[in-house]
Amino acid sequence: MTSVTARTTPPTPDLRRRPRPGDIAARMGFRFAAGLTIAITLGILIALIVPSVEFFSEVPVNEFLFGTRWAPRFADASFGVVPLITATAWTTAIALFFAIPLGLGAAIFMSEFAHQRTRRILKPVLEVLAGIPTVVYGYFAVQFIQAVVFRDWLKLETGSFSVLSAGFVMGIMIIPTIASISEDAMSAVPNSLRQGSAALGATRRQTALKVVFPAALSGIIAAIVLGVSRAVGETMIVALAAGQQARIVGGPLEAGQTMTGFIANAALGDSRVGSLEYNTLFAVGLLLFVITLLINLVSIWIVRRFREAY
Amino acid sequence: MARRTMQETVHTTIRHKARSGESSPKSIGFLVILWLAILFALVFLTVLIVTTFIDGWNRLDSRLFTEYPASDPEDAGARPAILGSLWVIGTTALMTIPLGVAAAIHMEEFANRHHWFSRIVEVNVQNLAAIPAVIYGMLTLGAMGLMGVSNKNQVWVGALALSMLILPVVIIATRESLRAVPSEIRQGSLAVGATPLQTVVRNTLPAAVPGIATGSILALSRALGEAAPLLLLGGLVFLSFDPNGLTSGYTTMPIQIFNWTSRPQAGFHELAAAASVLLLVMLLAMNALAILIRNRYQKRW
Repeated sequence: MTSVTARTTPPTPDLRRRPRPGDIAARMGFRFAAGLTIAITLGILIALIVPSVEFFSEVPVNEFLFGTRWAPRFADASFGVVPLITATAWTTAIALFFAIPLGLGAAIFMSEFAHQRTRRILKPVLEVLAGIPTVVYGYFAVQFIQAVVFRDWLKLETGSFSVLSAGFVMGIMIIPTIASISEDAMSAVPNSLRQGSAALGATRRQTALKVVFPAALSGIIAAIVLGVSRAVGETMIVALAAGQQARIVGGPLEAGQTMTGFIANAALGDSRVGSLEYNTLFAVGLLLFVITLLINLVSIWIVRRFREAY
Repeated sequence: MARRTMQETVHTTIRHKARSGESSPKSIGFLVILWLAILFALVFLTVLIVTTFIDGWNRLDSRLFTEYPASDPEDAGARPAILGSLWVIGTTALMTIPLGVAAAIHMEEFANRHHWFSRIVEVNVQNLAAIPAVIYGMLTLGAMGLMGVSNKNQVWVGALALSMLILPVVIIATRESLRAVPSEIRQGSLAVGATPLQTVVRNTLPAAVPGIATGSILALSRALGEAAPLLLLGGLVFLSFDPNGLTSGYTTMPIQIFNWTSRPQAGFHELAAAASVLLLVMLLAMNALAILIRNRYQKRW
């Protein structure tokens, strides 16, 4: 059929798609960059697992996970990670104790009560808290909160370090994370719900707490879970303020070394590639990675499972 | 915008309809508690900035910029750390921004969303953004071990770790700005005969540049304040020379602050505070630049 028309009309320009090697190369380049993100994840897994396997060939998994004495550099070395986990649990719990009420309070205020102008000023100011380097928070925790507020002003019975000062400052650090995501979730609740609630005679407090808050719960829980994962993985604050002695922490005023605190401190020493000390670092890193990964997956699952779609 | 104003009207309606309930002690008390939550955070922020400034006031002088670390706090300065931070962040920017933008272009403009690989990349980028920073240090440490690089204290090694840390942030920001470019722009370009690649390079990407710049600067400011991954890569050293190249030894501001804070002498704590103030000023400048670019160049479609 094309041959028939070609004979009767003047030759038409060739409109078929021309091969464009440049196009293909550029697209390959873009695809390569996207694939690189997968390579990073695989790299993390390999980098953590290979030394960890060597570590667990020398130290039984049970002894690592359930042992209660952490002394990797002592002559009678012991590799029970429980002390590090208790310190991490304390700092994380203290951080959440402060961050959840303060973050949610800020979110409810900004979403349900603040005027647009107030909100436009408050939100970036709160975000500043998220932009302060963690090492500056660490300095503040150990030099001001612990040394001046806790010891000089409040006369608390505590040493130079405590999980309370580290956890408290970390809690303030994650306020913006919790506030910002919860506020987005609450702002996304449709106004018809607020109107319905108001029509039934509810006050704004009742509407915020009994209608908007439950409707936005999946987003709020996701925000809290993200806060947990940041608190567990935070390194510099706990390395400076929580203490360097690995021992089971029994109270908030005690010092203790967290998982990340151990990693930061072990990094300062010089350990040969392949030595048990070097591999210990990666075993703790792998545990940290697995814990944060599980937390992130729980967050994704919660959002999917409990999302209220309007 | 429209929704927000609607909410305002709803609130005024509620105020009119239930005035008695709104001014009950319970309601007022609740509002006061919410205010206190915000006030607490703001007071904390103010106290942090003011005390750091007061602590460091005596050492905020030229010595901070001209001197090298020393055993006597009076003679010590942060010159190599300041230059090291600039070298590492500059290298990080050169490594991350092209890669992040390219990855985002692929995900937003070319990838088939429903393909399994695209979905994995998508979830993976989200997950990478939530991995603790210190893990990126371990990844780089392990990679250097495999590559047989024994001297890890080199500018490019530190920059590599920070690049991987902020790559997901740059990708997410770039995707958002590409998504904000209306599809009419793309369709117009395609309709006059441009190829998809030409459309991206000549129309979509230039329109998204302000958003990409803002997002990248914010990501870099996060890298500038980060110490944990570099600590693992031997970033804590005492330099008596200026870092001067990609393979040069380095230390950075946050690491210097960490080291000075953990020393027992009070003189070093003053130095740590002074360096913190300097770091905060640098971050503030970067954030101001990001906001400036956003307000000045960002198009509203």
